[in-house]
Amino acid sequence: MSDTVGGKNELSAIKAPLLREVKKGETRRHIISVLVRNELGVLARIATLIAGKGYNIEGLSVGETHEKGFSLMTIEVIGDDVVIEQVVKQLRKLIDTIKVRDLTDSPHVERELALIKVYTATPRARDEVLRLTEIFRGKIVDVSPDTYTVEITGDEDKISAFVELVRPFGIKEMARTGKVALEREGV
Amino acid sequence: MLRKGADIVIETLKKEGVEVIFGIPGGAIMEVYDALYRHGGIKHILARHEQGAGHMAEGYAKATGKVGVAMATSGPGATNLVTPIADAYMDSVPVVFITGQVPTHLIGNDAFQEVDIVGITRPITKHNFLVKRIEDLPLIIRQAFYIASTGRPGPVLIDIPKDITQKLSDVSIPTDEEVRDSLPGYKPHVEGNPQQIKKAAKLIMSAKRPVLYVGGGAVQSEAQKELVELAELMKIPVTTTNMGKGAFPEDHPLALHMLGMHGTYYANMAVYNCDLLIAVGARFDDRVTGKIEEFAPQAQIIHIDIDPASISKNITVDVPIVGDVKIVLRKLIEELKEEGAKILFPKERQEWIERIESWKKNYPLRYRNSDSVIKPQYVVEQIWEATKGDAIITAGVGQHQMWAAMFYKYKFPRQFINSGGLGTMGFGFPAAIGAKIGRPEKEVFVIDGDGSFVMTMQELITAVQYKVPVKIAIINNAYLGMVRQWQELFYDRRYAEVDLSVQPDFVKLAEACGAVGFRAEKPKEVREIIEEALKIQDRPVVLDFVVDKEENVLPMVPAGKSYRDMILEDGKKAVEAETIYLVG
Repeated sequence: MSDTVGGKNELSAIKAPLLREVKKGETRRHIISVLVRNELGVLARIATLIAGKGYNIEGLSVGETHEKGFSLMTIEVIGDDVVIEQVVKQLRKLIDTIKVRDLTDSPHVERELALIKVYTATPRARDEVLRLTEIFRGKIVDVSPDTYTVEITGDEDKISAFVELVRPFGIKEMARTGKVALEREGV
Repeated sequence: MLRKGADIVIETLKKEGVEVIFGIPGGAIMEVYDALYRHGGIKHILARHEQGAGHMAEGYAKATGKVGVAMATSGPGATNLVTPIADAYMDSVPVVFITGQVPTHLIGNDAFQEVDIVGITRPITKHNFLVKRIEDLPLIIRQAFYIASTGRPGPVLIDIPKDITQKLSDVSIPTDEEVRDSLPGYKPHVEGNPQQIKKAAKLIMSAKRPVLYVGGGAVQSEAQKELVELAELMKIPVTTTNMGKGAFPEDHPLALHMLGMHGTYYANMAVYNCDLLIAVGARFDDRVTGKIEEFAPQAQIIHIDIDPASISKNITVDVPIVGDVKIVLRKLIEELKEEGAKILFPKERQEWIERIESWKKNYPLRYRNSDSVIKPQYVVEQIWEATKGDAIITAGVGQHQMWAAMFYKYKFPRQFINSGGLGTMGFGFPAAIGAKIGRPEKEVFVIDGDGSFVMTMQELITAVQYKVPVKIAIINNAYLGMVRQWQELFYDRRYAEVDLSVQPDFVKLAEACGAVGFRAEKPKEVREIIEEALKIQDRPVVLDFVVDKEENVLPMVPAGKSYRDMILEDGKKAVEAETIYLVG
């Protein structure tokens, strides 16, 4: 340790103050899995907390688990790693949350289901959409004189790829469930 | 036994040991008031505005450590509680707020006096409930008390529709165990990780320039004994935040008093130069840290806090310890005692203490007193002397709050009660009423501003009604003083809308309400009227201190600036003073 530095002359020699390193995170997409007690207002509570940090919920799915009274929520949010860590801690603090995990960096499986209503007025369109649906292992779940409604399940890339391929035919409507995700078990 | 929901409410409150409720009745909560009337056994303080009731409940909770209870009707009754709820949330005050709600079948109908108070208060409560079934009522009330008072305390709101209070049920009141088991997602962590505690002990033993930075969590956890023991054992100077005042006795030789925006020179210099900062139940608020990059730039940080979400929120810490402050400190002391025999203090530790001593000697908290005009700091000092440093002090928000923090020397936890986080003007007086009701054996003063006092002064009537002998010391500078100070320092003296020279005659106002009023306009009258006030024990006393209008609160670190930019009481900057930087 060097000795003390004092007096005005030495002080003026100190040009820049010492600085503490402030951690800044990378901004990216996070997948947060939240096991909750299925109580009144729990979704509003979680949404309020995330909105309170200035973040938009990009995707959200909620459904009851195998245990009655408990639901699993999968939340997709784009945000700074450091802030998301804070969000996770605050989600854990909520009385109705049982388990909160940021799955982004841990091995996990994720799936999403999309229903896409595509214009298929011409025979060529009907053939092509049917073929694409088969390639993507999807299902046609509704047929009208000028549309097919296709069900596609998979990860984000797969669904996006399908959407891009059928877009030229014209998409009338589309609904996506938001992701569901579970952590992988070790082998 | 079959009884009404309203009876269940009162029964459960009694089971929780509630002695007093602060509130105002109204349509949707009438059944509960009827049950309160019929049962007896719980005192009720009828406030004159629900905000007053809420702050009274906070003052009661802050002074006693027990859960405060405030009650109001639906709609405007509930929305008037919003400020106290937010205040209690920011300062982690255990208060249960009970609101009436329109009958279940009218919810969502824009019924008369309907408001979605559960929705409104969702981000400002630790938890809140809308009671949908009478069978849930006793469990919810018990959960509310459990949640409010454990872990990091906080406000919990229970919204009870009127029909639920009228229905009959024979539901029994759940046991403690049933309450805990009903909340699988709520398990406050109190013990502290032993490995982390070991790591902290090592750092403390090898540090050359350690400082303890103590916040409101140490007050909540009642850890004064442990703090004194740790500080003395390891010769560590202690600075407290505004909320941490009293957690460490301020007359102790190791006390550095408050840090941060209006901290002492020696506290801020100690923090700026330390190589180890031990944060205890504190949350690195921006009023404490100033510019975060220059906050304790050379220090490693140990952070002890019951709230995991507080750790590494504003600043990255080296050794986080999640747990109750008192329990963790006790283990840390044991660890240090075990190891201590083997390790000698670094010799620099003595130099550090001496350096701080010299800062304390050369730059004490001071002000220029006057024979002709009353200085606000002088008023606070005189209250301190007259009460032998033993009174409970509450404060509003502004300059007077900072003078109350700086010039009264606090000795015990829960002695200084003010709105630290939300900064609610008008908090001090109703909080004083609550504090006095909770601690009737203590002298209670609110050191208030003329701006703050008028925001909740209707509660003077309440204090007269219940013969609550609080002393209201108004530091009357006829300005919104803190705003004026900022305008003077940072807005080139453009005093936009801070003139409060038109105000009631506070002495006559006191008399009109049935209280006693005194005024001091000369310094020599200050002590006289304080002594007179102390003789009055059957009603509130208003003390109108007409003080120097443009006195500033100094030292001051401008918002968002570094401690190096601290303005001292002679107008100099810290960097121009004989500041000494120790390079680690």
